[in-house]
Amino acid sequence: MSHFFYSFHFYLFGILALASALTFVTRKSPVAAALWLVSTMFCLAALYIMLDAQFIGIIQILVYAGAIMVVFLFVVMLLNLGHPKEISDARGKLPSIVAGLLGVIMLALIGVTLRGRMETSSAAAERTMSAQVERVGAVGAIAEPLFREYLLAFEVTSLVLLVAMVGAVVLGKRRTA
Amino acid sequence: MIDEALALSAALFVIGAVGVLTRRNAIIIFMCVELMLNAVNLSFIAFSRLYGFSGQAIVFFVMTVAAAEAAVGLAIIIAIFRHQQTVNLQNINLLKG
Repeated sequence: MSHFFYSFHFYLFGILALASALTFVTRKSPVAAALWLVSTMFCLAALYIMLDAQFIGIIQILVYAGAIMVVFLFVVMLLNLGHPKEISDARGKLPSIVAGLLGVIMLALIGVTLRGRMETSSAAAERTMSAQVERVGAVGAIAEPLFREYLLAFEVTSLVLLVAMVGAVVLGKRRTA
Repeated sequence: MIDEALALSAALFVIGAVGVLTRRNAIIIFMCVELMLNAVNLSFIAFSRLYGFSGQAIVFFVMTVAAAEAAVGLAIIIAIFRHQQTVNLQNINLLKG
């Protein structure tokens, strides 16, 4: 019963994510597109939590839906792009068909690549994972690789954020001279 | 559930890629790139169930870089808008031969 409950919600959020993503790429107005993308991100956060990544799921909501998408909406409103202009945003018919074909080819390639690689029996690995989460908590389990294997990358990340901050201020500044 | 998550991840990635190819609004193209990053994050999370928590640490890094990229990219879009009064990539063709 619990397994059925789990699968039902997994498929529910998966289908919602897919539908929101499809709606997102077909919307004309940037504001509507951004809001549908937020919906996709919430569904993905639910999936992360169901896949035993509780911390990442919450961070997804806080950082992606909360911070990044707000910046996007802010820029859309700052530049007053809310209304679709006379020049059509989407490309013509032929480029769309070519893009669709490329998408189908890409999907087929990913499918073929994954098919040969999948290990179907993951029950044992999943059990050790939930045991570890129970022992050190969801945050502690991520902290271990983050501060051991990837310590240098973690420190470099702070540099990346600093450079991005300075770069955004310099680029966005109006030249008054 | 790992197979389903990977299939969803592939589908989302392809939707994002098709969006990048078919749209002209720079901001929407940017959002499509964010969708592709999210799709890759989903497959990292799915694989982290098989191979341990390192996958989740990588997702953490991807999110940080995505935030930095969004800040710089949107600043560039604002700078372009000041010059051209548009974010439609059809009108930004200075490098076109």
